[in-house]
Amino acid sequence: MNDVVRPVMQDAVAAAPTRVDGRDKVTGRARYAVEHPVEDVVWAWPVTSTVAKGRVTEIDASEANGTEGVIAVLTHANAPRLGETDDAELQLLQSDRVAYRGQVCALVVGETVESARAGADAVRVRYDEAEHDVVLDARHPAMFTPEKVNPGFPTDTSIGDPDTAFAVAAVQLDATYTTPTEHNHAMEPHATTASWGADGTLTLYDSNQGSTGVARVMADLFGLQVRAVHVISEHVGGGFGSKGTPRPNIVLAAMAAQAVGRPVRLALGRQHMFSLVGYRTPTIQRLRLGATTDGVLRSLVHDVWEQTSTLDDFAEQTAVISRMLYAAPARRTTHRLVRLDVPTPSWMRAPGEAPGSFALESAMDELAAACDLDPVELRVRNEPDVDPESGKPFSSRNLVACLREGARRFGWEQRDPTPGVRRDGRWLVGTGVASSTYPARTAPSQARMSIGSDGVVTVELNAVDIGTGSRTALTQIAAEAMDLPTDRVRLRIGDSTLPPAMIAGGSMGLTSWGSAIVKGARQLRELVGRRDGAIPEDGLEVTADTAEEVRAVSGYARHAFGAQFCEVRVDADTGEVRVPRLLGVFAVGRVINARTARSQLVGGMTMGLSMALHEEGVVDVQHGDNVNHDLAGYHIAAHADVADVDAMWLEEHDEHLNLVGAKGIGEIGIVGTAAAVANAVHHATGVRVRDLPIRVDRLLGRG
Amino acid sequence: MARMSLDLTVNGERRKVDVDTRTTVLDLLREQLGLTGSKKGCDHGQCGACTVLVAGRRVLGCLVLAVTLEGAEVTTVEGLADGDDLHPVQRAFLDADAFQCGYCTPGQLCSAVGMLREVGEGWPSVVTPPGATVSVSSLGPDEVRERMSGNLCRCGAYVNIVPAVLAARR
Repeated sequence: MNDVVRPVMQDAVAAAPTRVDGRDKVTGRARYAVEHPVEDVVWAWPVTSTVAKGRVTEIDASEANGTEGVIAVLTHANAPRLGETDDAELQLLQSDRVAYRGQVCALVVGETVESARAGADAVRVRYDEAEHDVVLDARHPAMFTPEKVNPGFPTDTSIGDPDTAFAVAAVQLDATYTTPTEHNHAMEPHATTASWGADGTLTLYDSNQGSTGVARVMADLFGLQVRAVHVISEHVGGGFGSKGTPRPNIVLAAMAAQAVGRPVRLALGRQHMFSLVGYRTPTIQRLRLGATTDGVLRSLVHDVWEQTSTLDDFAEQTAVISRMLYAAPARRTTHRLVRLDVPTPSWMRAPGEAPGSFALESAMDELAAACDLDPVELRVRNEPDVDPESGKPFSSRNLVACLREGARRFGWEQRDPTPGVRRDGRWLVGTGVASSTYPARTAPSQARMSIGSDGVVTVELNAVDIGTGSRTALTQIAAEAMDLPTDRVRLRIGDSTLPPAMIAGGSMGLTSWGSAIVKGARQLRELVGRRDGAIPEDGLEVTADTAEEVRAVSGYARHAFGAQFCEVRVDADTGEVRVPRLLGVFAVGRVINARTARSQLVGGMTMGLSMALHEEGVVDVQHGDNVNHDLAGYHIAAHADVADVDAMWLEEHDEHLNLVGAKGIGEIGIVGTAAAVANAVHHATGVRVRDLPIRVDRLLGRG
Repeated sequence: MARMSLDLTVNGERRKVDVDTRTTVLDLLREQLGLTGSKKGCDHGQCGACTVLVAGRRVLGCLVLAVTLEGAEVTTVEGLADGDDLHPVQRAFLDADAFQCGYCTPGQLCSAVGMLREVGEGWPSVVTPPGATVSVSSLGPDEVRERMSGNLCRCGAYVNIVPAVLAARR
């Protein structure tokens, strides 16, 4: 089961195939959602609310309508009526209610992007403004217990008597950590080209993480059969969770195209992306760890307070990581939510685990110091034999191996645990560690596979490549499963008319799509075998569906693990933090393409570094808005912020996962990074920063 | 709306265009000339996805009005390769997996080409030690990181982009 052999080395990365769509991407030929040629196309631009709560009393579109090039101004008074769906954020221009600042209250359609924007500037909106409430506070009187936390976990869990166990524990740690609002900010803004056919069909080029669901939601909104909606997502410029469901852009584009009778393009502006496409809720997290003097946990309590909107309950599963990462005989996790006058939070890379790991893994570092123990050793001592809450065995769990191998490669053994004593000129130097984990899941998917008389295999399923390398890895999986070279495989993805498949999300894309392809290949090879290899002129075709395999209850707890080691240098005078080294060692089951896998893990760690040091959505209390709603104010890590980030993995064979043997790697890279940085900052400076990001003022004790 | 006609050269080809005076170079390329390789990531000079070369210099296409380009020579990502032969920077990006989603890539590529030329002309950066001279052959990772910091990549491909740029010098 725990069959760890050796870390995969650089040569595996070098030997892996380069991206099959790489040439298109470096030459500018790859087409994204608003880049496909469409005749007679016009542009739309949203007008967004300038108050955080209230009613729209009047929309004066006279000046906008008189603006040259403006074709139409849509408002709640004249926009097409939409059908019901689960997502209240998609009920666009359906009422006069304003639920948050930055909500869409009109849409201007113009001949060009310039005229649409000029028209939008000329729309005058008047409001009956109500007092807004936008600040998350753990003591907020409207805090409530949500029915569940995402994507379906129990809200609270409790085992034993953690309060008593904490009260009598020899070592007690009780600390509160916070993480701010964080935004996904894929480089390609959410964008759609919409056109209606004369037969009432709707064609959408859209930037999303999976169009099977998008097509279904659009059909419901516009009263269509799903087969009348065609969503094409050939290339997608990143998503990080924010494109997993349809967003306002696709609905508005389709509405506008319906209203003006011409194809419409709508690409949200960067500033729209702070209010219209989801974000990660800010969190307040209290950790109580009770341990023996030798660092063995007796009690683990993780309480979380976070926000949602007045439109929908979105409950980030922040404490779920504390249900499975370490052993403790008594334990409790809770989540509380408050509905504020803010946009609805949504999915962002490693929802739950990313903010939750900052609190848990910072607390473990504090506990290690309190017990005078090495933080790697503390984690080893709290390694559970089975999943602590479910009692199930782990399908494979190589956290300790990742910690040990990472420590060896990082040079952790020579570490002096004393904080604040290493100085190199003006720089204080320190190192830190944190664990990473993410669930290994698979979702039902279908794949149609055919073989022609020329022996070429065509694989069709509605997967999508948002930059992860799925187009490349799925081609490899299909070739291997058919025992053919990759140049004998044709892969078609990114089209809602293809067999339905999982989204690129939850680290479940490759595992789900790959499983359908492996199953399809087995069926196809069996079919060919029954004909003794004779393939008829019109070929042979099968469709595989993994619903049955996926829904079969597993007796195992299935998770990926990793360990991240970080070196920081902190300017002793200014508090500036630099991260010269960040190393991640992971155990993620089978890796299909070492080149793209390393990029994805390193990319997640880089986003984690950005979370640690830079990213902070600042609330404008007075106006109920984001203060810093552009990429200058909301800084994401740039070239100069990122030095030596590297990722490797242990060879891990786990037969209890799925037909691919992979655990998924999209999220785990961001899990634990911020804690590793914060722990290193403490080691460097002696200052424990419990609030992200690790700002200069917080280091200097003024934050 | 006021319109103007202008002549310019794009990727070696003379183009005569009639533009709305509000049109940026980026929108001219993408919407009028069909050159969608240059990307719109923020439309106000904060992400670098729209970086193109004007007379060999790096320019943010979203911050320059098209009407200022009378007679200019513009190079976009579509103009970097020589037919099927990729530019060394493109080749290096492919080999080093210096991108994931590909949306910042055209800007990173044009920026790298322009940056190497700046270095070749001896332009210092903020990390160049006072009095030191820079050259393409002696360029180190810190210089590349500093000089490429106007090009954001949310996929986090920086650690692959820097070695790709350094490899492309040869």
